[in-house]
Formats: sequence, structure tokens, C-alpha cells
Amino acid sequence: MQASRHAGPASLPIGSDADLAWVRQQVRQAAAELGFGLVQQTKLVTAASELARNTLVHGGGGHVRITPLDAGSSHGLRLDFVDTGPGIRDLDQALTDGYTSGGGLGLGLSGAKRLVQEFEVDSRPGEGTTVTVTAWATVVPPSRTVP
Amino acid sequence: MTAFAGHGPAGGHGFTVPVLQLGDVLLVTLQGELHDGMAEQLQQDITTRISDSRVSGVVIDISGVEIVDSFLGRVLAEIAAGAKLLAARTVLAGMRPAVAITLVELGLTLPGLRTALDVERAMELLGVTTRRGEGSP
Amino acid sequence: MQVSVSEENAEQEPAAYQVSAFLERRREQIAQRWADAALFRTVFTVSRDEAVEAGRAVTAALAAVAAAGRIDDIRASGFASVRDQLGRMAASRARTGIDPDGVASEVAALREPVTELLRAEFPEPYAPEAQEAVVALTVLMGTLRLVVMETTLSAGEELIARQREQLHEVATPVIKLWDSTVAVPLIGTLDSARSQVVMESLLDAIVAERARYAILDITGVPTVDSLVAQHLMKTVAAARLMGAECIVSGIRPAIAQTIVHLGIDLGTVLTRSSLADALAYALSEQGVEIAPLRAAGAAADAGTR
Repeated sequence: MQASRHAGPASLPIGSDADLAWVRQQVRQAAAELGFGLVQQTKLVTAASELARNTLVHGGGGHVRITPLDAGSSHGLRLDFVDTGPGIRDLDQALTDGYTSGGGLGLGLSGAKRLVQEFEVDSRPGEGTTVTVTAWATVVPPSRTVP
Repeated sequence: MTAFAGHGPAGGHGFTVPVLQLGDVLLVTLQGELHDGMAEQLQQDITTRISDSRVSGVVIDISGVEIVDSFLGRVLAEIAAGAKLLAARTVLAGMRPAVAITLVELGLTLPGLRTALDVERAMELLGVTTRRGEGSP
Repeated sequence: MQVSVSEENAEQEPAAYQVSAFLERRREQIAQRWADAALFRTVFTVSRDEAVEAGRAVTAALAAVAAAGRIDDIRASGFASVRDQLGRMAASRARTGIDPDGVASEVAALREPVTELLRAEFPEPYAPEAQEAVVALTVLMGTLRLVVMETTLSAGEELIARQREQLHEVATPVIKLWDSTVAVPLIGTLDSARSQVVMESLLDAIVAERARYAILDITGVPTVDSLVAQHLMKTVAAARLMGAECIVSGIRPAIAQTIVHLGIDLGTVLTRSSLADALAYALSEQGVEIAPLRAAGAAADAGTR
């Protein structure tokens, strides 16, 4: 599994603890190759860890697709976490801080959302859940005020 | 006296977590990738060690850890809470800046945990003095 | 890829193919001539061979674009192989202070030497078929200029982003006030981008100085809204996770009022009214006391009289 620069999307299975570790390593490597800063890398890898664990624990396993993005001068990384589990019944509730169904701290989905720039959940009860997140390797996020 | 804990649920990961007893304090050094199962195993092992050796403090050195997610965060908080029940104080030492920023953004501020810049400072907090340059990276 | 070809383009095609064949055949001569042109000469200052090599690559790319019959398409896949290189060349010119117009005219100047070579290929340099080929080449070189302009613009954006980042860093110095004590005097509006930089540089300074205390002085911050308060609290929380205590100082009365009015809970954050008070607190916590020397001096004076 080589996630080299300009590589196409890569798909990794999520079925065990060891897979979570492998997903973290691969996301880290892909983000580093795209020029993400250390803090951005750490945020994205942490978000990936939360979401991959959701896929494993709540979705009964699945896979993640890692897709490098290229929009002119900026590079990004899109991660799709796909499972065919029971789905999320109440998405608003699942996205609330502190809400937990799996004995964790209840920060998985809501916390991961705060660590990335784009976040999307597509969940159908009984069919499964796809969580898509995107992060960009911007040098500095666009300033809110211009002096 | 060194012992190793956290051989993992399947035992086949090949990672170990060194747990070192320095007088009255247990020094636990986490490094690199820590699988969920290993973290939970470690939590049990540390609690057992505290109870067996009757130490009064635990220092968890995470300077070699690149990410802390909510799972590992919960394990760390629970180690501290368990230690407290056994009358031992826990200090989390050496968190990297990128990890701290990410944890705060994640919403995990670990309010019950004492923290220190490095192992030496953590030992100071626990009332153990070490000579500068020894026992700290 | 299937491209629908209009009648006009269909007529152009033979000329484009001719140009492609010519570029392939004369690649070496073209590269040699371009190596002496302003654009290549000023970018590749170390060795002429490098300039020639770059010229060969650009010529090959143009030949590929022409062979595909897409001489007027800046998205032609043939340009892909040299886009990065052209971008670096444009960026290198931009760094020397030359404006985009200047770069554009340097690219335009590449056309003349090639046109000369192309005309020389024909027994009658001004015969209709020669003219057609020259027109195709002119279109192709115009497209090349657009491609370079495009990369110049994106290089410009990167430059602006980099300068903005540098400005952020310059505007937020971390100062060591005492052993184990660092401070950031914040001046100006604290937006999301800036507070990220503040947080990162403060945390890095905590590691570098082995600081126990970090003071965030907001005397120079004009307003504190809930967003700014949130940024401050995040920074305080991150510093605490690393084992340092954060003190927010310089909360002016008006800002204190705003904070209360907005119902912002700075709860766990340690505050002091001035930077001096914050430093005094940090020092006393470390067992350092500040005492005036005057008492000793006065005693000495009294002794001499």
C-alpha cells in the first residue's frame, strides 16, 4: 500500500484495532505528503481515528477511502468512512457533545466535525452510514478581517 | 525495576509499554501507536501495579505519543480516577503542542488530570526531586 | 477523448500537425535559442545546460499539444508535463520583482526565434502554407503565454498567503519575561487565523523555555466578543494540558463590562488587570519576591549621616 503523491484514492478495511492503527498511519502519511502542517496532520489523523472507531464499533466494520484532492494551488484530503451497519437513528442527537451510545465520551462525531473543514453524514437506518470529511492544507485559513 | 504491561488482547502486536518504578512513583512511558485493546489492558495493569506496590504517584509520559483521541483520552482519565481511589496521584507529562491543540478542539480538556511539561517536572509535582539531566529526555 | 471539431478547426489541423512535427524535429535548435532568451537566461542562472534542458521540455510539451490539435486550449493535457516547471519559472521571475506583465512579455518574446526557424523550413517563407503554419504556431505560443499567466497568478496567491502568515507571526511575538515565564502581548483584532498562530507559537515557546506560566496580555485587543473569548479559553486549556498555567492580563474595564454583558463565562481562566500584576503573580508562585531596593538604600543613607 503506497500512498504516494498524486496517487489515486486508496481504500483500507476497518475490521479490528490493528486496522484503526493502520488507518491512522496511512492518513498521516497521505496528509504529510500533501504538505499538511504538523497541527493540521494531527487534527486530521485524530478525526480519522474517531470516525474509524465509529465505523468499527457502531457500524460493525467497513472501510475508509482516502482521496487526495487538488484545487489549483491547494491540496486536500477527503476521507469516506463507509459501513453497512444499523445506521444512525437520530443524527442531531449523535452530533451533540456528550451523547454516547457506545460507552465512550460522546465526542466521536461532534469532535471529529470540529477537527476538519468539511463534514457530511449520510445515514440510512438499516442500510449503513457514510461519513465524509475533507481537510485542506491551507497555509493560513482565510482571514476574517482585513485591516 | 522494570516490568512490561499491555501485551495487547491478541498478544501479537509486538508492542510493550514500559512501566518503571522509581521509589514511590510508577513511571509509565507511552510511545507510538497504541491499539485500543492495549490501552485498556494497560489501564488494568497499572491499577494492579499501584495496588500491589502501594506507590503514591503515577507519571504517564506521553511525549512520544503523536495523537490522543477521545478513546485514549478516556483511558488516561480513568487511569487517574482509578489511581485516586487507591490514594495515588497521577500526572500526565510531556504532551506535544499539536496534541494539546487537537484535544482542545476535540472538546477534551481532561479537567481531572494533573499535567506537567516533562517527566522531571512531573516528579517535582509529586514531591520527588531528580537531578537535572537524569531520568528526563 | 472525443472532441467535436468545427470546420474552422478542421482546416487548422493540418497546420497544427505540421507545427508539431517541426517542433519535434527542431527541438534542439529551439531549446538552444530559448536558453539565450530573457525568461530562461534569468531563471536558470547557474548553468546554461539547465536552461537548454528546460527549453527542450517546453518544446516537447508544445509539440504534444499541437499533435493533439488543441493549440488554443490552455487545458490541453500536453501542458501538464511542464505546468509545474513553468510555475516555478514564473515564481522565480516574480521573486525578482518583475510584474506579471513583464513575465508575459518575456514569454511572448519566445515566439520570434521559433517563427524564424519555422519559416526557414519552407522553400518560400511567405507562401500560403508557410503562413498557415506560422499562424498555428502563433496561436500555440499565445496559449503558452496564457498557461504561464495562469500559473503566475496562482504563484501570486501563494505569495500573498505566505506574506499573511509571516505578518501573523511578526504580529505575535512570544517574550520570555523570567525563568519559566513567557508572555504574548496581543495587539489588534484576534480572528480565527491569528488565534491559531498565537496558540501554536505560545505552546512552542512553553516547550522551548520550559515555561510554567504563560501570560496572554490583551491590553491591545480592541474588543472581546464571544469568539475571541472562546479563542482565549482554548489557548488556556491547551497550555494547561501541556502543564503550564495561563494568565490573561490587561482586561480593561470596558472589556470586563462587555464580557459580563455577553454572559461569557471565563470561569476557569485566571485573570489579572495588568501584565505587571500577572508577572508578579507568576513570580510569587515560583517563590520569587519583588522588593524595592530603596529600603536598603535608605538604611545605608541613614548610616552615613
